[in-house]
Amino acid sequence: MTTEIISVVFAGVGGQGILLASEVTARAAMAAGYDVKTNEVHGMAQRGGSVIAQVRFGTAVPGPLVPPGGARVLASLERIEALRYAEYLAPGGLAVVSTQAVIPVTVSSGQAVYPADAEARLRRVFPRLLLVDAVAEATKLGQARAANLVILGAVAGELPLPAEAWTEAIRACVKPQHLEANLKAFAVGRALAAGGRG
Amino acid sequence: MSERQLLSGNEAIARGAFEAGVTVACGYPGTPSTEILEAVVRFKDQIYCEWSPNEKVAFEVAVGASLAGARSIVTMKHVGLNVAADPLMTFSYIGAVGGFVACVADDPGMHSSQNEQDTRHFARFAKIPILEPADSQEAKDFLRLGLEISEAHRTPVILRTTTRVSHSRGLVTLGERQAPRVVGFERNPSRYVPIPVWGRKMRVRVEERIGEMAAAAAVSPANRIEWRDRALGIVAPGIAYAYVREAFPEASVLKLGWSWPFPDALIREVAAGVKRLLVVEELEPILEEHIRALGIACDGKNLVPTIGELSPARLLEIRAKVDGVPWTAPVPPAEAADLPARPPVLCPGCPHRGIFHALGKHDVIVTGDIGCYSLGVFAPLNRVDTILCMGGGITVAHGMEKAGEKRRLVGMVGDSTFFHSGITGLLDIVYNCGASVIIVVDNRTTAMTGHQDHPGTGRTLMGEPTVSVSIEEIGRACGVRNVATVYPYDLKQVNEVLKTALASQEPWLIVSRAPCPLHEKKPVGEPRQVRTEACRKCKLCFKLGCPAIEAGADGIPSVNRLLCAGCAMCAQVCPAHAFEPIAKT
Repeated sequence: MTTEIISVVFAGVGGQGILLASEVTARAAMAAGYDVKTNEVHGMAQRGGSVIAQVRFGTAVPGPLVPPGGARVLASLERIEALRYAEYLAPGGLAVVSTQAVIPVTVSSGQAVYPADAEARLRRVFPRLLLVDAVAEATKLGQARAANLVILGAVAGELPLPAEAWTEAIRACVKPQHLEANLKAFAVGRALAAGGRG
Repeated sequence: MSERQLLSGNEAIARGAFEAGVTVACGYPGTPSTEILEAVVRFKDQIYCEWSPNEKVAFEVAVGASLAGARSIVTMKHVGLNVAADPLMTFSYIGAVGGFVACVADDPGMHSSQNEQDTRHFARFAKIPILEPADSQEAKDFLRLGLEISEAHRTPVILRTTTRVSHSRGLVTLGERQAPRVVGFERNPSRYVPIPVWGRKMRVRVEERIGEMAAAAAVSPANRIEWRDRALGIVAPGIAYAYVREAFPEASVLKLGWSWPFPDALIREVAAGVKRLLVVEELEPILEEHIRALGIACDGKNLVPTIGELSPARLLEIRAKVDGVPWTAPVPPAEAADLPARPPVLCPGCPHRGIFHALGKHDVIVTGDIGCYSLGVFAPLNRVDTILCMGGGITVAHGMEKAGEKRRLVGMVGDSTFFHSGITGLLDIVYNCGASVIIVVDNRTTAMTGHQDHPGTGRTLMGEPTVSVSIEEIGRACGVRNVATVYPYDLKQVNEVLKTALASQEPWLIVSRAPCPLHEKKPVGEPRQVRTEACRKCKLCFKLGCPAIEAGADGIPSVNRLLCAGCAMCAQVCPAHAFEPIAKT
């Protein structure tokens, strides 16, 4: 077991399933015997706003919030949200980013512009970048809403937690009728990360 | 080994209530406090729990339970305590019988709140103790400690969390439930009736109690000095302790979990043992001012921000200042400098959108209120002009009208907000011959806080069916002669009723009724798609501010199928009939 504190930041848009991803990670770390603290955003910001969730584990975790440059992995379910929270990622850390674009109302109503070069920006900002078409992968499994588990599978490869801890955590967090699809989505993400594709 | 669970601070408080033998729990939803009662209801066979119409009512119900001898808790967000301040101030005099803890959640950083008030002021104001847990385990432990303090010193106690304590999860060791206290009110008017002759005696007792509690706080397990390097000592209440430990691992720390009445003995001890003293407290300099008043020199708000919440990043900056080294804040990459803002928005299919769209056609003042519909302030809806507090949407309109504002006044409140504190305002408008148009946007739930029941939903927190109180009947009983109900997805109907109401010189109550689709967990109707060949690029659909309608590069909208709830408002505003149900093709 490592003595350092390992931190993961999940970013995205309210309603994309960030809370589930962070809860599964926290439970997996707990199942592996670590002390765990997480933080989530509730309330107003959940209504389609930009949101993050933070998970930290280690032998003893003092607080729930990740310092800037403190995250081993930054996972984003929306591509430009990864840029918004880039400063959390530690030097050498991995960014796992869904290619999905969710266009904010500020863009549709003409007040702002969604960057056309998002992918190029991501490649410049994150030396270690794993771009995943998580929605397409999840849709292939017949469960488009499981995109969060595809991303989480890719995150898992970067964390020192055993496979059985992840399975146990997913089982604890997901409704039985969605369990199989979510486990498959997780496996797909894990395989994508292992293959280095993106 | 005892069982450990990963619990949020709010879930831990609920667990603490269960273990400590609490039998009555009341509250009104408010971020970040809401999940406490939602977790208490898991123990509903052993704890009576209710969503009360507002925090004052909830507080008083919990007082009644305490006076009958039961252990009780009441939950609310920080601004909720303003509503409950009246019973709070006098219950301090009367004092608890069964343990009484008010669980009040502050929101430093204003993640989901209209202000950043510091509840610690209320504890000092009401002369009652306050406990400030730093994590979930302490949240559970301090709930029990609070009940014990309450009974030992015959005082209500505030358990103050902040957003980061309430909504962070940590491992918590579970315990067994202890037997609840025996209930039976003992009549004793001089103890329970604060008429002046007895109230003056209570007043003296309140003052004596402070000294006794300060002595108890100095030896309480909730407070401790951790001696490390003596060059720097830090006083850290609540979650500030967690940030301090990470940023100043070598410093000595006075960790405060029971922060008022101030444990002067501990403060003097730590100050005497270190070369330099720093107070790291979120929000107001309450401890700092007291420590200076004791004649002890310290650093505090000269280095620690008063505004906003503390964070590891802010602590690194404070550390640099303490060490006297230059601080360079982490710079976001240039690639993130021009990202479009992504504020929270009304959901796809939200019924409130129909009301805002209709209001957009009129030159009226819209006084808004607290709830999802506060999001109507953002572009492109731009249809909320003021927000003050719960119920203020009704009364502020009346005040503007009486001041002589020439435009028609429209007050807007939600269903839960109407029951919370809208009724008295409506009564005022009728009684004092006002003429505002009040719209209750009734989505059949307390939506913003995560869909809690209220007196209009026909169901209690404990899941029992009950009376569904009619907003229209309340309006008529208040004396409103013009009461109308509209279906907000029918824009034509909304426009006609609104036009009639605005043309009259009398008060109107319009109830806009359609359940929150997010709560219903089902679409409103058939999802739409755009017939691009029909689109005239007039952009009227974008005025709805619907997240499912996305702008293409060519100015032609497209509907995001993953988001569309099928409310068909786009089809109603489109002059070219370009939005068609997907099912047709």
